[in-house]
Amino acid sequence: MSGRLVRLAEKARPPLPFEFDGEALTGLEGDTVLTAILLSKGSLRQAEFGPERRAGFCLMGACQDCWIWQDDGARVQACATPLVSGMRLRSEPVGWPGDES
Amino acid sequence: MSRVLIIGAGPAGICAAQALVAAGLSPVVVDSAARAGGQIYRRPPEGFTRPATTLYGSEAEKARRLHRDFDALVAQKKIAYLPSSTVMALGPGAAEVVGPEGRCTLKFDRLILASGATDRLAPVPGWELPGTYSLGAAQIALKAQGVALGRKIVLAGSGPLLTLLACQLRHAGAEVAAILDTAPMSGQIRHGLAMACARPWVTLRGLRMRLSLGQSYHAAVSLERIDGDSGGVRALHWRDGRGRAHVTACDMVAMGWHLRADTILADLAGASFEWSSDFAQWLPKRDAMLRAGQGIYLAGDGARPLGADGAELSGRLAALACLHDLELSQDDPAPLQRALARMEAFATAMSRAFPWPAEQVRGLPDRAVICRCEGITARALRALAREAGGDANRAKSLSRVGMGRCQGRYCQLAGAEILAATTGRSPAQTGRLRAQSPARPVTVGQWLRRDPRQDHLTVEPDEDRR
Ligand code: FES
Repeated sequence: MSGRLVRLAEKARPPLPFEFDGEALTGLEGDTVLTAILLSKGSLRQAEFGPERRAGFCLMGACQDCWIWQDDGARVQACATPLVSGMRLRSEPVGWPGDES
Repeated sequence: MSRVLIIGAGPAGICAAQALVAAGLSPVVVDSAARAGGQIYRRPPEGFTRPATTLYGSEAEKARRLHRDFDALVAQKKIAYLPSSTVMALGPGAAEVVGPEGRCTLKFDRLILASGATDRLAPVPGWELPGTYSLGAAQIALKAQGVALGRKIVLAGSGPLLTLLACQLRHAGAEVAAILDTAPMSGQIRHGLAMACARPWVTLRGLRMRLSLGQSYHAAVSLERIDGDSGGVRALHWRDGRGRAHVTACDMVAMGWHLRADTILADLAGASFEWSSDFAQWLPKRDAMLRAGQGIYLAGDGARPLGADGAELSGRLAALACLHDLELSQDDPAPLQRALARMEAFATAMSRAFPWPAEQVRGLPDRAVICRCEGITARALRALAREAGGDANRAKSLSRVGMGRCQGRYCQLAGAEILAATTGRSPAQTGRLRAQSPARPVTVGQWLRRDPRQDHLTVEPDEDRR
């Protein structure tokens, strides 16, 4: 499936591998988690209070629409978090969110 | 030495920091971004290569200067700088800050608040669908990530960013299918004259950009609904100034109506507020030296949305007020105050030329989502409006509009408009939503981890500077 976002510039950066819902994807160094996921996918997560999916809204850390999870349970604000090589990201929580230890 | 805390490193915070350092103080600067610059002069991450002229257009020189000056203050250790750090709570003389290393408590004697603004949003049915973004989001994506948020883009709303963003996106190679302005042309012309009187070059530049948009720009539009399916946005339904219905196919809609001052921290700092009918929002009260209380100074778009040039001036004035109160300066504030008055005249005329779409919000269908955080509809809010006595805080408790994770940043003004329409009052009469800590959601893990840098944050004066 092709993603929601389109790269218009800054395409010559080193690639970074990561996982989203178990699928191997590739972003570029300097991408936010939101950018990296939405270049391949149409959304970040399911809305909690409605039937629709969500893909962020403000991109400046204000609307809180873009919170997703990592495999270890930690929450990530996708628009404000830089992608790190090997990140294992999820659209849904595993067990109790935040229960890391 | 007096401990001054500056919150925000956009144009206002940067200029305030510079002015304090020039007077021999060493402020602490906290900013939520990884790199200083604020939203309008937001910098891409390290390693991006587009030049400032591509990123900031006609404002490239200002952006470069602010970035360079701030980086110099940090490099020369004139300030203590906490990037990627967010103020979650403010009490008398202390701020709770959460950053990558955990939480720390910053004690201060004086506070310069330059917390900035977000887009001001009016709901359109379907705006909860993936592929709907704020205008600011589309600009950030382009500037800081080099991406477009969709393949076929519609921009809607009103205000200067609508035109600017359309030009920037097209320039970068994105497809912008339509630019839909809710402001009628008659008001744009009438108040455009007052804009031109206050700032002729800025107005002319805007006009030139507007003319370059050609046939895809429409004024006096009413936005009816965003259509979509499980894949997200598919089309925007709208009516032109003569009432004719149009459907524009797209996979992304970005919307916004100017700016909304982000006043949560000003509220927590104890500022009092008044309704501004020009800016159609609640704004904190300040005296002529931008004081909002004992040792509290408010600068930038978070206090009054005047734009980046106004933010620079108000940052300098706030710093000067702080220096006056510390008896470290007797410089005359009048030139700064006069320049700010010109910005104010311009911004006021602009807010009249491109007004808040009150009628569109009042007429929203019952099924329209008002609160994007929790999917609460206009119907739910209207049903509770009378029970709440038309009071915004009571309506918030009953309906949860304003209680979600964004703390009302994106629904407060629409909610007030709907409450007002249902109960026969004005938005001002519905009252202002009280802010709560934390100012942003924070994970329990981040809150509990103590930042080991805590004890080292107050800047000591360099030996060579006394
Ligand atoms: S998109 Fe709004 S907080 Fe991330």
